[in-house]
This record gives sequence, structure tokens and C-alpha cells, in this order.
Amino acid sequence: MKKWASTARRSLPSLNFLLLLIVAWEAASRIAGTPLYRLPPPSTIWQALIAGAPLLLIHTRATLSAAGAGLSLAVIVALTLAVIMDRWAWLNRALYPLLIISQTVPIIALAPLLLILFGLGLTSKIAVVTLVCFFPLAVNLMDGLAQVDPEAVDLLRVMQASPAMIFRSVQLPSILPYFFSGLKIAVTYSVMGAVIGEWLGARAGLGVFMIRSMRSFKTDSLFAAILVVVIVSLVLFKLTELAAWAAMPWNRVKLNNQQEE
Amino acid sequence: MAEPNARLLLEDVSTTYLSDSLRLPVLDKVSLRVGEGEFVSLLGPSGSGKSTLLKIAAGLLKPDAGRIFLNGAEVSGRAAKVGYMPQQDLLFPWKTLLQNGALPLLAAGAGKKEARSRVSELLPVFGLEGFEGYYPRQLSGGMRQRAALLRTVLIESGLMLLDEPFAALDALTREKLQEWLLGILSRFKRSVLFVTHSIDEAIYLSDRVYMISDRPGKIVQELSIELPRPRSRTVVTAPRFMAYKELLMGSLDLH
Repeated sequence: MKKWASTARRSLPSLNFLLLLIVAWEAASRIAGTPLYRLPPPSTIWQALIAGAPLLLIHTRATLSAAGAGLSLAVIVALTLAVIMDRWAWLNRALYPLLIISQTVPIIALAPLLLILFGLGLTSKIAVVTLVCFFPLAVNLMDGLAQVDPEAVDLLRVMQASPAMIFRSVQLPSILPYFFSGLKIAVTYSVMGAVIGEWLGARAGLGVFMIRSMRSFKTDSLFAAILVVVIVSLVLFKLTELAAWAAMPWNRVKLNNQQEE
Repeated sequence: MAEPNARLLLEDVSTTYLSDSLRLPVLDKVSLRVGEGEFVSLLGPSGSGKSTLLKIAAGLLKPDAGRIFLNGAEVSGRAAKVGYMPQQDLLFPWKTLLQNGALPLLAAGAGKKEARSRVSELLPVFGLEGFEGYYPRQLSGGMRQRAALLRTVLIESGLMLLDEPFAALDALTREKLQEWLLGILSRFKRSVLFVTHSIDEAIYLSDRVYMISDRPGKIVQELSIELPRPRSRTVVTAPRFMAYKELLMGSLDLH
């Protein structure tokens, strides 16, 4: 609980600044009288958010399911890749450059291709999300596996532990911190990836909602959708931190009660 | 083939460390023997290949030449079931003391419940009662070594291979733990091959001491320690202890 209080205190300056920005924005657009379709003031965006809430909820759900499915797939792909690339050095040498190349191809260029391959449905959105999310996960997991202490593995071999038990007792817990570092990046990418996927062609989702709002000059609705994306991403990021905290209880123990003889 | 009473027998074991640019001979025709119930120390300077030798004995490394017999059976290229305790305590930071101790039992196929109760039974013997739920980083150095030793004892094997278990501890804790180790051994009846670079430690603990030279490691002396057991701490001032010490120091200078 103390941790949460200190987090709140730390984010206070940035919250204050944000508030100041909103007030300035509101004031500026009222004084200058900018047309609503160009830059709506925050109050109008807020109204659009409230009014559009039921519709936004439906689209958010679509985006979240694409992000969730894509992210899960990315975790599976990344873990598989990391484990086999750690196990066989020649495979690592063969695949690592390809992994990096896969990230240099702009996703915007790739997405239409995925659309042709998988159609307008959920599948192509999931493909985009997986493509952007697996990389930070795979790189972190590979780093983690490279850090595993070979002596710890030796120790379990002497105990005649099975390879499955060795993986469960040594590799898996050693890579957890690396996994969560990767996951923190990947969750934020996942929402963005889903929105990009929807932007390029889909039937539902926040990306679709944004395109429709833009085409009908409802700029306030567009901003409302952006706000939803930001909030969803922040919540997912916090949830990941929470999951990391829950998954690694040994990192939480206080050291000041260290025992002496 | 092997002597009937030898827990561990090494015959002319040689090995070389190979990297891209160099070929470093590490062990040169090392032969040694640990008899049933015997405490044998391998004494030598840092970098004399002592740890490598333990790994070879445990079947974790394959030597270039030589043969290894464990309980009369030849070890060949497969990790053998021995009470191997590597240099760092290697308690897993993500497991509690109880979970760390249970590892060898779980690896041997015991159920979770059985493993738990067997570790719990031993906690008082190792002075760790009440700490079963603690993570290693919450324990002091001495407690960690005792926990690692508890885990080693639970590896079902008549032989323990201990790699400088007390090297990282302060002098007082080390002396306490040496005495305590002898007590533990009188209870669990294990044969021990103990690696150390401390002459005092080797004499105080052992029935026999092998002195190994600087790289490439070669056995330069074998010394039987005939001091009565149980040994109290005061034995270190006995004239005989001093004589052993002088002898070992002498052979250290020579090589």
C-alpha cells in the first residue's frame, strides 16, 4: 500500500502539468473560437466520450480481444523461439538477423498484405498485434535465458532431475523478470497494434471508430477514442506491473530482517 | 576392477581447458581415492583445477583421459547421483528454504507432502528451525551454507563432494561451521571429498589430505591425518597438528 501512495506522490507533478495543459487548451479554444471539427476543447471531448460511451465500449471490447489474442500468441511464439534459439546456437545465428529484419519492415506496409492473407476479420488484426508484440518479448526472453546459471543446471542434473523439472525450477523463474520487462513493452504495443490493424481494415474496434469519426468530421469523437486508447494502455501497463509483483514474491521480501547466527 | 571399499576412485585423470586461442592443461594424471566413511580433503591453491576435478567426479565434465569409479561403477559422461555442492551456495533465490531443501527429494520422485515433512524434520539438526518460509536473501551467509548442506545431504548418495563450502564466510563463522560439519557427518555417515585452500581447515576436518599443485594440477602429496576423533577446536594447537601443517606448507613451497 505504501508503494501505491509513493507512486501517487511521484506522479503528482505530471498530473498537475496535465491539468494545466487541459485548462490552457480549453481557454485557448474558447477565446480563439476554433471550429469544433478542427480542434475541439476538452469539455466537448468529454461530452463526446460520455455520449458515445455505449458505442465506444463495444469497439473497445473488439480492440481488446484482438490485442489480448495477439499478445497471447506473441508470448507463445516468443517463448518457443527463445527456448529453441537458446538450446541450439546455430539456430540462434540463423534466426537472429531475420528477427531483426522482421522489425525493420514498416507494419503499415505489411498490414495490407496481412489483410489480403487473412481478410477483414479478427485474424488479420491478431496477426498485426502478434507481429509487433513478439519481438520485445523474444529479445528479453533470450537475454534472460542467456543469463541462466549453468551451475544451477548442473546441480539439478546431479540430483537426477528431469529436463522438465530443470526447466521449471531454474530457467522459468530466472527468466521471469526479463519476461515481464518485455511484457510491459508488449502490452502497450498490443493496443496500438490492434488499432493500426483496425485502421487498415476491420469491421469493429477503436480504429474503425476513429476512421468513421474522422470521415464524418466528428473530431471530438476521434479525441474521445484516443483518450480511451490511452486509458486502456495505461491500465494494461499497470496490470502487468501488478502481475509481475504477484508472480515474483521473492523480490518483495524485505532485507532488513536478515537473520544473523 | 575398483577397490571394494572405495566410494570414489579416480585413476590418472587428465584434462585440458580449451578455448579459441589457448590450450591450458588443468589436471595432470590425478589419482585419488575416498574410502567408505572417509573424510578426504583436496588442498591446493586457487586455480589448481580443484573445482574441475569435483565436476569430473560428479560426471558433469568428461576428462580427456583417465577413469572414474563411483561406488565401484564406472562413471561415463552422465551426471552421477552424488551429494555435489558447488562453490557458491546456489540456493535458488526464488524458492524458500523449505522449497530449496525439497529439491533433491522431488527430483528423486518424492511427493510434495513427503518432501516437505522430510525437510522439516531436518531443519532443527541444521539449526534452521523456524526459517522454512524465508527466501535465501533473507538469510545470513552461515545459514545459507547450512541450508545448502541440508540440501546436499538429502541427495541420496553415500558420497558428498563439497567445493570450498566455507570459503566465503568470515573466520569465526567458518570455524563454527567446521565443527558443526563434523557433528553432522557423525550423524549422517557420509564419505566426503572436500575441496579447500586452507591448510588448517584440511587438517582439522580430514582423515586424509591430498595436496594438489598449481596448474596443471598434480597430486604432490598425500598425508594421513592421525588425530583422534571427535576433534575439538583445541586440536589446532596440538604439536601433531603443527607438524602436519609444517609438512603441508613445505610441499606447497616446493611446487
